[in-house]
Amino acid sequence: MSIYLAFKEIWHSKGRFLLIALIVALITTLVLFIAALAEGLGNGNRELIQKLNGELVIYQENVKLSIAGSRIGRSTLNSIRRVDGVADAGQLFFSDATMVFADGQDELDISLIGAEPGRPGEPAVVAGSQLGRSSSNEVIVDGNVAARRGVQVGDTVTIKVTQGTSEELYQLAVVGVTDGRQYFIRPSLIVPYLTWEKIRPQGENETNSGELISNIVVAKLTNPADWQRMAQKIEVEVGKVEAVDRVTAYEATPGYSAQQSTLDTQRYFTFFIGILVIGGFFQIQTLQKVAQIGMLKAIGASNLVIGLAAVTQIVAVNAFGVAIGAIGSLLLGASFPPGIPIVFTGDAVAAAIGALMLIGPLGGLVSIYALLKIEPLTALGLAQ
Amino acid sequence: MSTILQADAVTKIYGSGESLVRAVDDVSLTVERGEFVALVGPSGSGKTTMLAMLAGLLKPSSGAIHIGGQDLTAMSDARRTNFRGHAIGFSFQANNLVPYLNARENVELMLRLNGKLNRNTKKRVEELLVRLGLGERMRNYPGQLSGGQQQRVAIARALIHEPQIVLADEPTASLDTERAHQVVETFAELIHEQGRAGIMVTHDLRMCTYVDRVIRMRDGQIGQVVSGREAIDELATMYAMAS
Repeated sequence: MSIYLAFKEIWHSKGRFLLIALIVALITTLVLFIAALAEGLGNGNRELIQKLNGELVIYQENVKLSIAGSRIGRSTLNSIRRVDGVADAGQLFFSDATMVFADGQDELDISLIGAEPGRPGEPAVVAGSQLGRSSSNEVIVDGNVAARRGVQVGDTVTIKVTQGTSEELYQLAVVGVTDGRQYFIRPSLIVPYLTWEKIRPQGENETNSGELISNIVVAKLTNPADWQRMAQKIEVEVGKVEAVDRVTAYEATPGYSAQQSTLDTQRYFTFFIGILVIGGFFQIQTLQKVAQIGMLKAIGASNLVIGLAAVTQIVAVNAFGVAIGAIGSLLLGASFPPGIPIVFTGDAVAAAIGALMLIGPLGGLVSIYALLKIEPLTALGLAQ
Repeated sequence: MSTILQADAVTKIYGSGESLVRAVDDVSLTVERGEFVALVGPSGSGKTTMLAMLAGLLKPSSGAIHIGGQDLTAMSDARRTNFRGHAIGFSFQANNLVPYLNARENVELMLRLNGKLNRNTKKRVEELLVRLGLGERMRNYPGQLSGGQQQRVAIARALIHEPQIVLADEPTASLDTERAHQVVETFAELIHEQGRAGIMVTHDLRMCTYVDRVIRMRDGQIGQVVSGREAIDELATMYAMAS
């Protein structure tokens, strides 16, 4: 009975209900795109650290977890490796460089990262092989570079770095392609650490103590679940270092938290607007139907029938709008070229759709309450 | 004849103290099976309030109302809603029909509400609408029907579920004389034919020609009760005197 009334009315006023469904669809699109943008931009900042193959990221003490500000030498690495419970550890070296292309493609800014072959910090390849010797002119490229610029295993890539006052070009052989490993919104090229030391950008008269200084150390534990205790243990036993898990590490990336919370705020506001828009629509509709609902109650329709019909309409219109919006967003998202930081992940999309399905029922609460309050007496033009 | 509706000493009081209003004051009446009664009176006479109480839409301040032997005043709200759905048929002055259901669906609505919609009853809907001259209009929505046609659909809806009593509030309010006569004549015919009890609230004395009894209300109380014939004769005399 309720479903009958609900859909009869929707069918009779198709235009009006379609309009509100389209508004829901637009809100859905907005929410999904904000979520995808948060994911995409978030990935650009955190991917590399999030996917490190070690539980702990170790920084120099008192640098506020800034990779750029942190310096950890070879001797500290060795102390970390000697801590009981550390299975292995590797240095990770960060700098910027630019990829240049012979075929006329635009230059591409990248993060040039040095890692120790076979040690924590070196990403696992999805195609090709891992890095060989520590000083070989080999490189593992980020999957994003492969996707955006068509770089493949076996290619030679050229990178441009500034050393002193001159620009130097280096040729590197691509031995492997890894998955997405962006850092600081740039895709990464991972080279053996001795090669990194040789080709990294450096000032004219940089002091070098002879020791290889990395930015951070990645430690793999024998018991990953024990990371909290191990972090403390390393800090105590090694000294002058700060050890944190990967999540803490990427959340400390400059701007990351601010960016994510800005996008979250936008998302919540959009939800809130959705609730108000749907609530307003159904409330106005209810006010227009007071006489009609009074008549239905007078001739014997119960509050249950009236209430369920309203809930059915709200849920149906809401679901229809969300479906259109979701399909539209995914199609639109799929048509974007790689490189635009829009990433739809199953979890984020499912969570957003789940929340969007609630905006109708939440917004409709007021109007359903108003419907239940209508007196059947209004059918006779009387008020209680 | 058996009594369908029995109202005993029904009173409705609004407000209190200085502002106390006795909208209906100690009214008793009965309506028998197959009897069509008109409730007439000037505005403010309490006739609509009385109808609302007889329909179970408003609780009397005191007194009892029985329909088919069941006490309306003793029922819970939910029970009374259900009771209205199967024991009473309604036709209202305005907003009579559901705008998004066509004529046929509006009539079928009563059967749906009572879980009685089936092939047989659907056929009855069709027959009744044909009988009311709406054979060609069954698929039209209320917005596509004239006032008289809408009123006839409402009459079909009021009767289709075989209620014990049919209540009509000003069924001719928005109709011209010819249509008004057609509508009330058919209504009376069906009430008599099917053996329902019928009450019509109206301010249009000309319609009394189709009813068995006219109950006059004034200031919340029942005045004179006359037959429909007598009411019409009286009206004719009044016109004669005026001219």
